[in-house]
Amino acid sequence: MTALLSVHGLTASYGEGQVLAGLDFEVQRGGVTVLLGANGAGKTTTLRAICGMVRREGSIIFDGKPIQNLSTEGVVRLGVAHVPDGRGTFTQLTVDENLQLGAITRRGRKEIEHDIERCFGYFPVLKERRSQQAGTLSGGEQQMLAVARALMLRPKLMLLDEPSFGLAPMIVKQIFDIFRTLNASTSMSMLIVEQNAALALELADHAYLLETGRVVFAGRPDDIRNDPALRRSYLGY
Amino acid sequence: MELLLQQILSGLATGAIYACMALAVVMIYQSIGHLNFAQGEMATFSTFVAWQLITWGFPYWAAFALTVALSFAGGVLIERVVFRPLKDAPALSHIVVFIGLLAIFNNASGFVWDFTIKTFPSPFGQGPMFGAFLNMHQAGMIACTLGMLVLLYLFFSRTRLGLSLRAAAANPESARLVGVRVGWMIALGWGLASAIGAVAGMLIAPGVFLEPNMMLGVLLYGFAGAVVGGLTSPIGAVAGGLIVGVMENLAGTYVPVVGSELKLTIALSLIILILIFKPSGLFGKTLAKRV
Repeated sequence: MTALLSVHGLTASYGEGQVLAGLDFEVQRGGVTVLLGANGAGKTTTLRAICGMVRREGSIIFDGKPIQNLSTEGVVRLGVAHVPDGRGTFTQLTVDENLQLGAITRRGRKEIEHDIERCFGYFPVLKERRSQQAGTLSGGEQQMLAVARALMLRPKLMLLDEPSFGLAPMIVKQIFDIFRTLNASTSMSMLIVEQNAALALELADHAYLLETGRVVFAGRPDDIRNDPALRRSYLGY
Repeated sequence: MELLLQQILSGLATGAIYACMALAVVMIYQSIGHLNFAQGEMATFSTFVAWQLITWGFPYWAAFALTVALSFAGGVLIERVVFRPLKDAPALSHIVVFIGLLAIFNNASGFVWDFTIKTFPSPFGQGPMFGAFLNMHQAGMIACTLGMLVLLYLFFSRTRLGLSLRAAAANPESARLVGVRVGWMIALGWGLASAIGAVAGMLIAPGVFLEPNMMLGVLLYGFAGAVVGGLTSPIGAVAGGLIVGVMENLAGTYVPVVGSELKLTIALSLIILILIFKPSGLFGKTLAKRV
């Protein structure tokens, strides 16, 4: 496999405070990379830095192109879909309009309609709610909508920020099953930030551990499972 | 009874103009969160442009269309040049710039076309219509406004560009994350607001005479309409404008102390009352979030 995304020496700051202190990591083509770490380690900031939502420096190469100087819209238009924390739902718009917005940069009405149906196939509950205001959906349904909206871009890379956050275990399982299906059936890559390390490691082929804005460990999921100290810290057994 | 009906109808006609100004104000408020005090003077300037084109011999509707197009471009330009650099600036900076624009457009109108009043033609004529309830021009004002509102409604609800605009106004950060060019959407909002204002100016000018301060009072009624309807609701702004127009006329006719002198006071009291008792307006949404 070759790298779809490679990040070198990434730093990012909010005002005075530097949050990322020079990160290096990669996401393979068709692969799933997971970023683990405690609160405040810089995981969410890493995703926001890739999308140009915070001031960042360093090198970010996506699909062979440097993107560290692109605006958020520019990065998205290259095929990076971001499911942010808080889900970023357009609460006043309908489910259908949210999905249409996911494909706003694409052409071809027929294909877009087809992709909406495909999303309804993954998340049938969204079809029942399609003309409802997105703000009236439950938390789980909103997370499904956020994932579906990201898929509407037909992204090469999907960034997922804590997709399991605040959801019932049943819903989490359903969403992660969809991720597994997507990973097996499409060439889309994923970069996942997740508190639920055990769940994320099942899906991932590469894992990075972050501490205060630095990568302290990089390897395969098994390397973490087989290392007693890491296992205790991150998997809790 | 006949008088009542007549007052309501002519209230709707002026209300239609207030509705346009309210809509223009709301359009900009939704994208940048500030009230454009210069909206009225921008509209007046546009109307002078139309007057100039007609004086140069353009047919009325050609001048109308060209003015709308130029105003749209002007609105986009103002956003790009003046407000883009201010996008993270505090409210006070915006207010100062709005007042600056107001003064610039007001004086530019006076400088170029001078401060004496001018007559502005109506394409509909001034003859009576529906018996004596409305004159032709008032009916034309209502028809034009309704036509424009229907077009805007279709634009916002049926087109992808309209959807992008709504998304950018509702949630700019998420809009960027789906690839909407939010900066351009804001500029587009300015263009639309400026074009709507131009239509309002051209429609009201035949009735009030064209001079640099023509829209000053009208904009206050527009603000009243926007506040009554709710600053977050374009449909509310239109309804608010119509309500203000009708109320102003009825109060002027039936409440002896009001007459024509205190009409503006009614509009301003309405702003205060609504802000005290229902700050989100009749149609506005109170922001509530499910977590």
